Amino acid sequence: MVHLTAEEKAAVSSLQGKVKVDVVGGEALGRLLVVYPWTQRFFDSFGDLSSPDAIMSNRKVKAHGKKVVNSLINGLKNLDNLKGAFAKLSELHCDKLHVDPENFKLLGNVLVCVLARHFGKEFTPQVQAVFQKVLAGVANALAHKYH
Amino acid sequence: MVLSPADKTNVKSTWDKIGGHAGEYGGEALERTFASFPTTKTYFPHFDLSHGSAQVKAHGKKVADALTNAVAHIDDLPGAMSALSDLHAYKLRVDPVNFKFLSHCLLVTLACHHPAEFTPAVHASLDKFFSAVSTVLTSKYR
Repeated sequence: MVHLTAEEKAAVSSLQGKVKVDVVGGEALGRLLVVYPWTQRFFDSFGDLSSPDAIMSNRKVKAHGKKVVNSLINGLKNLDNLKGAFAKLSELHCDKLHVDPENFKLLGNVLVCVLARHFGKEFTPQVQAVFQKVLAGVANALAHKYH
Repeated sequence: MVLSPADKTNVKSTWDKIGGHAGEYGGEALERTFASFPTTKTYFPHFDLSHGSAQVKAHGKKVADALTNAVAHIDDLPGAMSALSDLHAYKLRVDPVNFKFLSHCLLVTLACHHPAEFTPAVHASLDKFFSAVSTVLTSKYR
């Protein structure tokens, strides 16, 4: 459960409304694969990941990034019960995808960098802190069903 | 993790672009660290940590100057940062996890102010550089 004040919720909604999901999702996933190349281990079927340019322009990376961010946005509607909202995805990531939860933190932080890049000064320390809190909550929820 | 020639070029060129703003960015990165990772405030009970604090700005400049020195001696980080390494090991004893928080907030600060320059490749190089600096600063811990 993530507790946000009314002000914090407003900050999230405001930025969320302006976020271009396809762009931000693809960029975040792409940067994850560039900055932390070992994360490519999960994406053998994605084709050419041989260089930063190849990764950032890869269609499958963009599509998957969009999927992930859309899922995140859906989760934001359930801040009172993130564990419940992400239960099925948690099971999937453990049992089928075998993703180390450490990766959720890495992607969360890369997403913060992407939001910072897109929003500049608007992404104040206070706004960043709210997103860090929310993303940490989501990462925890996604790890919750691991066994 | 080793800094490649391309990494070193990326870091140096980023620092050139930052120019005289390094001190300001150092302060902003600290402010972001305290806001997003409140446990980091435990190392500064003697500081005024409110927005605009002169102490935070001054400390941010100190951190930035040390990083500027590290960039200038990027081929010998252990040598260039030996004194700071001793300081962190024997006096400050900042838990190693905190270097990741500050490094992340440095990246966020740079992304905010230099969106075009903060390409994926530069992002990777900077992350590696901050990681290398953190490793040197914690190298004498035990």
